[in-house]
Formats: sequence, C-alpha cells, structure tokens
Amino acid sequence: MKAIARADPVARRRARPSVRWLLARRSMQLALLAAFAGAPWWGAPLVQGTLASSLWLGTLPLSDPFVLLQSLLAGHAVAGTAWLGAALVALAAALLAGRLYCACVCPINLVTDAADALRRVLGWRASLLPRPDRHLRRVLLLLVLLACVALGRVVWEALNPISFALRALAFGAWGAGALAVAAVFCFDLLLLRHGWCGHLCPVGALYGALGRFGALHVAATRAAACTHCGDCFEHCPEPQVIAPVLQLRAASPRIADTDCRRCGRCIDRCSETVFEWRLGRRDGAAAGGGASTPG
Amino acid sequence: MARRSRRRLVGSALALAGLGGLAWQRTRAERQLPADAQALRPPGALSEDRFLAACVRCGLCVQACPFGTLRLAAAAGPVAPGTPYFRAREQPCAMCDALPCQRVCPSGALGPQGLRIHDARMGSASLSRPDGCYSFIGAAACNRCWRACPLRGRALKMIAGPTRLGGRFTPSVDSTVCTGCGLCEKACIAEHAAITVRAAGRPGPSA
Repeated sequence: MKAIARADPVARRRARPSVRWLLARRSMQLALLAAFAGAPWWGAPLVQGTLASSLWLGTLPLSDPFVLLQSLLAGHAVAGTAWLGAALVALAAALLAGRLYCACVCPINLVTDAADALRRVLGWRASLLPRPDRHLRRVLLLLVLLACVALGRVVWEALNPISFALRALAFGAWGAGALAVAAVFCFDLLLLRHGWCGHLCPVGALYGALGRFGALHVAATRAAACTHCGDCFEHCPEPQVIAPVLQLRAASPRIADTDCRRCGRCIDRCSETVFEWRLGRRDGAAAGGGASTPG
Repeated sequence: MARRSRRRLVGSALALAGLGGLAWQRTRAERQLPADAQALRPPGALSEDRFLAACVRCGLCVQACPFGTLRLAAAAGPVAPGTPYFRAREQPCAMCDALPCQRVCPSGALGPQGLRIHDARMGSASLSRPDGCYSFIGAAACNRCWRACPLRGRALKMIAGPTRLGGRFTPSVDSTVCTGCGLCEKACIAEHAAITVRAAGRPGPSA
C-alpha cells in the first residue's frame, strides 16, 4: 500500500491554501438557512418547517432520523410523512456520507467553526475541560435514546441547539436561538476545543453511524508527499480521523472513521495536495492513481 | 498513559454531568408547563402526555394554518418549546374543514388523518367568569358568544330565565359537543372574556 501511495509522487504543490470546499459548503449552509428563514416571505413556499421535519415545494418531506427515532422510543407509533422524510435522509446518509449533514447543512457548524477560527486567530489551543473520550458522543446518543424511553418524551428537542437556531430563523424565536448559539460558541471557545460538534452532539453521532458504509470519503492518495507540516490537523474539526491515513503503515488511504465530516478542509489546506475526494467502496488507490493526476 | 485516560474519563464525566443536568432541568420544566389551561393544542392533538412523545416540534402546522392561529412555543412559552399552541382570545381556531394543520403533521401528533373538525376536542368552553357576562348580570342583552359559535344551538345555547346575578340569559356549553375552537371567547365583549376555553385534561383557568 505504501508502494501504491508512492506510485503517484507527482504531487501538485500549492502556494497558498484553497478555499474551494469551504466556500462550497458555506454557500450550501447559508442557502439552506435562507430558505428556512425566508419561508414566510416566499410566495410559493420553497420549504416549510424546520430541520426536524420539513416539506419542500409542498411535496417532498425530509425529516431528521434522530427525531423520528426519539419519538418512536418515547412510545409514539409515528404515523405520517416523517417516515418517508427520515427514510430519504437516512438513505442519503447511508449511500453517501452521514456527517455531510454536519458539514453542509447544520447551522450550528457555522457557530462552532467560527469559535474554532477565533481560537486560531487568538492562538488559543488549550481547553479548560480535559479532552473527553472520543466515544462520548455515542454514549450521549445512547443515553438520550434511553431517556426518551424512560421519560416518554422527545428528549433532545428540549435541548438541541440546531432546533433552537432553526426556530429562531423560521419563527422569529430569537431569544432562545441566540442563547443556544451563544452557549455553544462559548463552550467551544472557552471550555473545550471542537467541543460541541466534535465531542458531544448526538445528532452528528447518529449521522456518522448511519453513514458508516457511505461511498464518499477523503483519501490521502499522495501520502508519500506529506511533509508533516500539520496544517491539516490544525484545521480539521476532527483531527483524530486523519492520523491513521498519514502513518507509514496505513492500511488504506481512505479516511474511514465515521467521525470524518467530509468537510474537505484538509483537501483545501494541504499545500502538497495529499488529499482528494474518493467516491466508491473500494480502497482503489490504484484506480485513483491514474484518475487523480492533474488534468 | 493512565493519567491521560483518567483525564479523558474526567472530561467525559464532566460533560455528561453538565448536559444531563441541563436535560433533566429542561424536561422537568416541560412537565410542569401545561398548567396553563388556556394554551390550546391544534385540532386532533393527542392527549398532552402522548402529544409530547409524538410532536417533533417542526412547526409545519404553525406555518400551514392560513388564519395565523397557531403559534410555536418559545423557550419560555406556556407549553413545551417548539410545540404548537394557540390562545383563543388572541386568535381562535377558524374551524376550517380542510384542516391544513393536521394534514401537514409529519408524525401523527395531531391524530389520524381524516378528522372532521366538528369532532375535534381542543378543549371546552365554559362561563368561567359569570360576573363578567353582560347577559348573566343583566347589563345588556348580549349574545355575541352564541352568535360566534360555529355549532350554535348545539355546543352553545342561550338559556332564558332569571340568573343568580339578576340577568335573564345564561350562555350554556355542552362540553360533549364543544370543540374548543374559542370563537366565543374571542367574541366576548367583556374586557376579560367571561366565557373561556380550557384545554381538555388540564387544570382550570385562574379565574
């Protein structure tokens, strides 16, 4: 596998980092937020509802699989379009990549990325809280689901900052939305680096699990060109997912960790263009070698 | 290594404890909320306990209501945050046949499809402040609530006869027929509505 990585040593060097994928997903996030926020003003409704459950163009339902799961566990036999909506979202997550939701849809990602950017500007790397176990979000996900069973409530919706942000946008409930956003921002800035999205959020944990066998990956196809400058680690919101593929004895160039958000930040940042997108289930470094030469 | 893993354990425990505490507090707050009997659920809504297990708090029903009746509860609202409610005195349910709120509900929190609006039980009206009712105290021959009632004569009747406060008519509600739409409460000419709707299965209003 090492040999495969070396088979394509002609890495393109880049004078300065790109912002291509960053801009792409920011546009997607902002467009979605505008669609939800503008709902009351669109003549023909583009989208109604919130990220919990929405109706696009009056016909296409899209629902959060997590909220459906919570309602089921709370003891409600869900009857309605939420089934179809959640199935469509879950299918997209399973086929492509679950945590694309975090990178391209979720409004809280804007907040935590802003906190991280401010940390970088200020040069703050330390956190007040010790870094928790990487499975904490999955533990939290399980606890939330158990709490739904125990309390007979859609528990996370009383706490979910995503929902509060969306309600602020679509329904003008600004107070709670601002509070939730500020709380998450301060948590990430002061208490724990990459805290909310990177360690706690059970929504992201579920999407990650759903996308375990998804086809879209970032791959370190030209790992041999890596100069170990650390720029990708510095900008990756889940740095632990990169380490395995940059090791000399990496089993596969694909970043297979379910925590990877497929945000493409590493692809943007790397001056040696080590990383690239990879679509498909095969490791396919050999197949990718030919296709990825600069064209 | 042992120290590092202990630190991780501490970090995880701290984060869990913090979030758990917050969740516990929020859920407790939610459980205490429906004390406000005048915050009414949309037509078809399941009983409060089952409703809170079913509603995904997406707000689709609120946006679907063409009369602007429904509102989405804020964090400090009278009902659980993100759930729909209305106050009859502000904007009653128009009792439309199409039931766009119920039709759009993705989870079934507003009951099975095909509800007839006359079978809805959002609550029930009652003459909760008889001393405020112009007819009941004999200040005027008012029948605004009766005229506003979509089920006039069945859900709401004006009973003729001397009242204990010297009036000649008593607005009388048949709670087995009343849908709780609140059109009577909205129509009442008293400064504080004499006839009010209270949600089914909730404590009475603080009259």
